[in-house]
Amino acid sequence: MHYFWVPFLPMLGIIIPLLTNKFNRSTCALATALLPALALGLILFDLPAVLDGQAFTQSIEWIPLLGLNLSFRLDGLSVLFSLLILGIGLLVILYARYYLSEKDHMGRFYCYLIMFMTAMLGIVMSNNMLQLWFYWELTSISSFLLISFWSHSSDARKGARMALTITGAGGLALLAGIVLLGEVVGSYQLNVVLNSAELVQQHPYYLAILSLFLLGAFTKSAQFPFHFWLPHAMAAPTPVSAYLHSATMVKAGIFLLARFYPVLAGTEVWFVVVSLTGLFTLLLGAYTALFKHDLKGLLAYSTISHLGLIVLLLGLNTELAAIAAVFHIINHAIFKASLFMAAGIIDHESGSRDMRKLNGLWKYMPITATLAMVASASMAGVPLLNGFLSKEMFFTETLDQSILGSLSWLIPVLATIGGAFAVAYSLRFIHDVFFNGEPKGLTKTPHEPPRYMRVPVEILVALCLVVGIFPAYTVGPLLDSASLAVLNHPLPEFSLAIWHGFNIPLLMSGLAIAGGLAIYLNRKPLFRFEGLFPAIDAKIKFEGAIQACVRWAQKVNQTLESGSLQRYAFWLCFFALALIAPPLLDLDTTRGSQAEYPLNGAVAIAAVLLVAGSLATVIWSHYRLIALLMLSLVGLVVSITFAYFSAPDLALTQLSVEIVTVILLLLALYFFPQHTPTSKSRPSHFVRDLAVASLIGCIIGSICFALMTSPLDSISEFFIANAKTGGGGTNVVNVILVDFRGFDTFGEITVLGIAALGIYKLIARMRLSMRTKDHDGRLWATDKYPVLLSVISQSLLPLFLLISAYIFMRGHNLPGGGFIAGLITSIALIQQYLAHGVDWMTKRVSVSYHYFIAIGLVTAAITGLGSWAFGQPFLTSWFDYFSLPWIGKFELTSALVFDLGVYLTVIGATLLILANLGKLTTKERLTVGVR
Amino acid sequence: MLSYATLFASGLICIALALNAWRLIVGPTTPDRIIAVDTMYINSIALIILLGLYQGTTSYYESALLIALLGFVSTAAFCKYLLRGDIIE
Repeated sequence: MHYFWVPFLPMLGIIIPLLTNKFNRSTCALATALLPALALGLILFDLPAVLDGQAFTQSIEWIPLLGLNLSFRLDGLSVLFSLLILGIGLLVILYARYYLSEKDHMGRFYCYLIMFMTAMLGIVMSNNMLQLWFYWELTSISSFLLISFWSHSSDARKGARMALTITGAGGLALLAGIVLLGEVVGSYQLNVVLNSAELVQQHPYYLAILSLFLLGAFTKSAQFPFHFWLPHAMAAPTPVSAYLHSATMVKAGIFLLARFYPVLAGTEVWFVVVSLTGLFTLLLGAYTALFKHDLKGLLAYSTISHLGLIVLLLGLNTELAAIAAVFHIINHAIFKASLFMAAGIIDHESGSRDMRKLNGLWKYMPITATLAMVASASMAGVPLLNGFLSKEMFFTETLDQSILGSLSWLIPVLATIGGAFAVAYSLRFIHDVFFNGEPKGLTKTPHEPPRYMRVPVEILVALCLVVGIFPAYTVGPLLDSASLAVLNHPLPEFSLAIWHGFNIPLLMSGLAIAGGLAIYLNRKPLFRFEGLFPAIDAKIKFEGAIQACVRWAQKVNQTLESGSLQRYAFWLCFFALALIAPPLLDLDTTRGSQAEYPLNGAVAIAAVLLVAGSLATVIWSHYRLIALLMLSLVGLVVSITFAYFSAPDLALTQLSVEIVTVILLLLALYFFPQHTPTSKSRPSHFVRDLAVASLIGCIIGSICFALMTSPLDSISEFFIANAKTGGGGTNVVNVILVDFRGFDTFGEITVLGIAALGIYKLIARMRLSMRTKDHDGRLWATDKYPVLLSVISQSLLPLFLLISAYIFMRGHNLPGGGFIAGLITSIALIQQYLAHGVDWMTKRVSVSYHYFIAIGLVTAAITGLGSWAFGQPFLTSWFDYFSLPWIGKFELTSALVFDLGVYLTVIGATLLILANLGKLTTKERLTVGVR
Repeated sequence: MLSYATLFASGLICIALALNAWRLIVGPTTPDRIIAVDTMYINSIALIILLGLYQGTTSYYESALLIALLGFVSTAAFCKYLLRGDIIE
């Protein structure tokens, strides 16, 4: 089978118009048409097999781990839609060649058009529901781009936004529906889903699934109450209206209903909701269409009405109604596309679409007029044309239902009234435009269009006639196979013929035509009556609704995100409390079986110091510098505690981080108020916060106590057993960092680098002036770089570097490693900044710190990739032992190179942040007020 | 004998630490507090080394070394802040 390529050919073709745009217009159009034509050829090639009633599916694995396959199917329904999409698409390409003016960017237009074609083909051929949804969204986006093609016009932009919002919202609903349905069935493949009707309809989720699917379908197919976007989408160039908004995209919703007909249809809810929505849309569209003065507006509402008709048919739950729906999909696409093209020709050649100005065009463009009249007669349902056949089937089906119980006789009556309005607006289209006197106030004299602009219309109108006269020989087989796909079981008997004898449907057709005539003849009083209603502009209402939505969202956002740190902290702690506390309630005792550590004097004093330091930090928190000093005490005690309880690595890290933090905070503190303003929070809030904080403390304390007194089997045994044999190092912490969890470390240093670059970007070129006096009003000391500090710092530098090298080298086997060594080197350099200033350092360190980050990351990455060369997974470490005279036995390991990457990244990130924070200030201080 | 000496010394150092903390908390001036923290760094070095002596291990040595080095940086930074406000000019 070749159909697998069908959706991909136009996808390749998206780029072609952009490439050929520089050649002349006909070349561009021809090149654009090439791949869709090829795709159409492939479909035709596979057509005979499908007409025999076969359905094909083909999949290739895409992301097998997630169960996502690229999967396409070809059955009657998808063939029918593919033929419409590709056939009408090709005609539209030809038509647009003449429709677009020299000023329009033809390549861009065709590009969007082909993108839409790809998306549509994807929808109708997908065998996977998620894949279908993906293409569904793509149609919304390409439709947005096409409607706003004339982006200089405000109407086009607003219409495009409206269409995107409505269809996009529907798309989200559809996604939810698809996920629910997929979870219920257990598969996202259509061939499985379509055969699980019983399972789905008896599932409690059925109602939810159905409503979500209907939301998706009704928004896309412009059903009431979502119909209003379609008339506004008419701001698009007419080829787009002909293609998207009559023949294909608005049929996507109907396609969805037809595609999922076997699973979702057949229930009472489907019956009532779908058919009544369809009926109401049918009437509303038909009635409104009559009063539109804009040609395209009339056609838009007529489209809404016909879409309603199809939806109503699908909702009737009888097999024949579904067949009639499929038939009307074909017929409507044919006659409505040709009518839109005719409207475009009239607009193009006479400069107006206003039916109050357009009159008597018969004299100026007789051929176009004839074509348009045939097409609108088909729209009205005149015998010998295709519209008549499906409308007659529709009338037949309305007689055979019982939606409204004993009031069900209303349905055929309402259907006849809808039909009468259809006749009336079709008459108006014919009579107002082509007869009814002379044109008024047109800017140019109307004339026939270029020869080839008319060709697409001629082809479509010819189809109207051929299908209308010889239905069984032309569309019969296609209709059979498509209906087979919709119903998912063998078809009932039905006859495709013009003449079924004198019966009620024929009478209804006759009544509709007579009624339509009567309505049109009495149009003047009707127009006057319609004029009594205030005009409703959907655009203003829609914008209002959107604004209200935005305002509401902002309000909610402001309530949640008020900017109060106190509130954030409260909610954070509150939820932590709510999640952590309940499991503790189930625990019988906090005390585990593990023996407690013996307490000695030093530990007791350290504990007291820790508590005192923490309390002092809280108490002095309004005096920020003092709070920072108190915090130093806390950090120091924590470091010593780490050392005492055998965590030397942690102690070293904590110490170096502590110092870097102090420097960072001092740098930042300079620019902030030295005192936090005294809190104005209410006493009740104070009590609340105190309570939450104390509770958190108690709970964390209990957890710690419980954990430390319980015997715990942790993963650490594994690390200890394997560090030496697997990673070649005796320092388990370091082996975890560079080997066991090397990939995590790689991710972390990447994040570190990104964060540093982000901070750099945020403060780059920011210059803040310096204050002349300190907080207490004293003048600053005049000595910028005290000699004592400079001399000591400079002489300490080699010592610092030596220690950092020592810590780095021993890291794999003893406490230390790249991270700590990097921090020590950074602190050594920061110390020089402190003692000598930025200028002095800039002269001596010529390399920018960005390079440190880049080189560090690249080193780590290359070390990781290096293991691929030996057929090992990413970041597998290698080590071996060597011996040299004088030195003796020593170990070489790839982890050391990785650690070097960590080392360099840490230096780069720390200095990039700190040194640049230091550069924030202006060189000179303000001298105002200084004597 | 050595173990008694180290225990006794650690006791004294702990008392010293507590007194430092007292000075840190009561102040009254910021320089008092800075010097208190600096002295605490020095006392911590002593405490850690004593612990190593008592347990007969060298594994605490690096922590002491780092405190000795970095404590200085921290104190210098605080002082520079008091003198000039902007510590990196």
